[in-house]
Amino acid sequence: MADQDIALMAHLFRRAGFGASRDDLEAYAAKGYEATVEELLNPETQPGVEEDLMLRYNQSFRESNQARDQQWLYRMVNEPRQLQEKMALFWHTILCGGNTKIDSGYEMHRMINMFREKGTGSFRDLLLDLSKNPGMIYYLDNSESHKTAVNENYGRELLELFSLGVGMDEQFNYSEDDVKACALAFTGWNIAPAYPPFPYGRSQWQFRFDPADHDDSVKTFLGETGRWNGDDIIDIICKQPGAARFIARHMYDFFVADEPPVPSWRQTPPRDMEAIKTLEKAYFDSGYNIKAMLRALLTSDFFKSEDVRFAKVKNPAEIVAGTLRLVGDHREIKPGLWEIAQECTYMGMNLMDPPTVEGWHTGYEWIDSGTLVERVNFASEYLGQTDLPGVQSLVNHLMALGESLSPAQFVEGSIDLVGTLNLTEDTRQALVAHAQEGGDLRHGTEADRAEFTRRAGEMFQMIASTSEFQFG
Amino acid sequence: MVSTQKDPVLAVLSLSGGNDGIHTVIPYANPLYRDFRPSLSVPEEQVLKLNDEVGLNPSMGPLKKFWDEGKLAVFLGIGYPNPSYSHFRSMDIWHTCEPDKVGTEGWLGKVLADLDPNKENVLTGVNFGRGLPRALAKEGVPVASVGNLETYGLLSGIQGEERNNALDVFGRMYAPTIGTGYAMDYIRSTGIDALKGADILATAPHTYTSNVEYSSTDVGRYMKNIAQTHLADFGTRVLFTTSPYNGFDTHAAEATAHAALWSDVSDTVETFFADLQDHGKAENTLLFMFSEFGRRIFDNGSGTDHGAASVAFAVGDKVKGGIYGEYPSMERSDHIEGGNLAPTMDFRQVYATIVEDWFGLDPVPVIGGNFEKIPFL
Repeated sequence: MADQDIALMAHLFRRAGFGASRDDLEAYAAKGYEATVEELLNPETQPGVEEDLMLRYNQSFRESNQARDQQWLYRMVNEPRQLQEKMALFWHTILCGGNTKIDSGYEMHRMINMFREKGTGSFRDLLLDLSKNPGMIYYLDNSESHKTAVNENYGRELLELFSLGVGMDEQFNYSEDDVKACALAFTGWNIAPAYPPFPYGRSQWQFRFDPADHDDSVKTFLGETGRWNGDDIIDIICKQPGAARFIARHMYDFFVADEPPVPSWRQTPPRDMEAIKTLEKAYFDSGYNIKAMLRALLTSDFFKSEDVRFAKVKNPAEIVAGTLRLVGDHREIKPGLWEIAQECTYMGMNLMDPPTVEGWHTGYEWIDSGTLVERVNFASEYLGQTDLPGVQSLVNHLMALGESLSPAQFVEGSIDLVGTLNLTEDTRQALVAHAQEGGDLRHGTEADRAEFTRRAGEMFQMIASTSEFQFG
Repeated sequence: MVSTQKDPVLAVLSLSGGNDGIHTVIPYANPLYRDFRPSLSVPEEQVLKLNDEVGLNPSMGPLKKFWDEGKLAVFLGIGYPNPSYSHFRSMDIWHTCEPDKVGTEGWLGKVLADLDPNKENVLTGVNFGRGLPRALAKEGVPVASVGNLETYGLLSGIQGEERNNALDVFGRMYAPTIGTGYAMDYIRSTGIDALKGADILATAPHTYTSNVEYSSTDVGRYMKNIAQTHLADFGTRVLFTTSPYNGFDTHAAEATAHAALWSDVSDTVETFFADLQDHGKAENTLLFMFSEFGRRIFDNGSGTDHGAASVAFAVGDKVKGGIYGEYPSMERSDHIEGGNLAPTMDFRQVYATIVEDWFGLDPVPVIGGNFEKIPFL
């Protein structure tokens, strides 16, 4: 297998999934790049994760607050439909709803499932479903928005954070009057029953449109005047160049290379305008279809380019799920996953509970001295556990390189297997210097095998603690 | 350590979400207040009166004690021109003092650079909580950011002599490199700072003893961590924490939510200063509390929407207690942008005072201009 095929496949799976084991990468590389992309784009061709098994071991996984992070991490690690799961995370980082306010494991599960099921379809349908999603209606207070007392929260965030953004090419995408018109159009989009879970316990919420509480007046929104209801607003939003730009930039940021923070997008042009134009064209040509944009992206030269490999700082879910996939732990349902899911929180990403409706600050902003400590400690602790099947497999691959390895061969082999191909020369030298202290490595005898394994585990740990490992 | 125990220390508690200034410092004598807040006004007899016009929300009892002792400064009508109603953007403006463009450097990051220009102490600034607020961000300025003070440390999974070896390799692998881009440089310098800061900070909980009990909320826990760090004499000058994100975003059910929030904050401030007082370390401590914006003058039936001018507070032994600034007019003709209070004080005036009169630094480069100081110190 050509190394560059493996490297490209590893890049694809770091971005369009949560990484892959060495053995899986080799199998996919044999299948070919285009075929693998199509498989990712068409999840229905793959068996999904076994929900009935999750249900048997964790009966409340759809409802309880405690189970929600755990079941999502289980899916990230084990879901064969990796891109579908990655898209659920993608939309969750943009169309943010948080459990601190929603306070219902069931509603959070339903919201994430909506992203899972609708996340690669039409953007219009997704916005419509989002606007009818009970958790979102409650999260952004549309349940408190009435014909006689308008609450602008959802109307504003729909425009600022969910579909257009404040502006592009140094122009504003909408005015304060557009916000007010948008909020008016969504009056009456409510939930039944709309009361909080206390003191009578939870009840499942349902979307309910209340015509009596809906402002049916004539409104002007983004220059178009009519008796607009919420679905008309979404139709008008979707045809804006701003909507295409907004999704294209988010997609580029999430899948290709880190973009500057969202609030600066009005003034700061995209890193690669040509790539953005390609995605915008796919958006309009396909009638706002997300899968068409993803196909254009994943098969493009700008995605496959060496220039964007390791150009993204991994988000905490990618660190945690990617590490577990690499070391082969939690491939089956067992205790302890909830505690691991909390690691994402320690690294600054409390899944299903973004800090604000703006979501998380990404790129190098994931890193501060506190979160870096968490990332280094988590990944290195797992990579050092040589009894885990994935780590064992890496050790075996390493041994297969030869009967005797020089420290330099040992370091190069380890780097290749862990997949941290972006190590700088000075980091390599520090690792080789460390490996030289132990001399050449052999695995002919039982004792040599044990020592080889110990040193390999230690080397994997050191690689997982590098600054380069933070990039994916 | 570059500093002495008597150097001025600033603790900042950011009240995230947009605190309702009108429901915090209540203009109880203004009849318009009750007209515009039919669902949310506090009966006059319950208001903790500061003078004939305004008083504190009844949930803020402990803060009233600081007022009675002359240690609470109340800033009225605080904000900035052309307010942003976006949480993120407005908080960013408060953090960077850049209302017109997106700034990358925080005002406290610049303060830290001035306080410790040679980066002699990686703990001159410490943040408690997830992620570093932009207020503390400045390229090349190390700021420890601590999610959990009890477990803070690098490669803590490796034991004994092997850990020392591993940390040694770590230090070499994170050495500065050339030509790998901003993100890599940033991560490496963060790694080196974490390496230096972690071992020092880890000692703080062990040397700390106290007679007070903080609440178990995030605000209580992090204010306790601030006290622990301050009391450990690491030379830390700026300590920052943020209340749970968007907790003060009271669009709905504000009456109960806001009372619970301020009750927790007020209790914690009282505990914090009692703790410092016990250790003789209250005198050089200034606490500043602010929020990114206030809320709409009219309630929406159960809460309030994003607004403009709000209130802020400074607490400390050296604070000249009192009310600073004018309460913004509630007359309809004076509302801005459909029902918001027009700011009467710029937050940069308070920052200028802190930078110059507390830290003895030049405020102009820190906050990007000349702003008339507020004489509360």
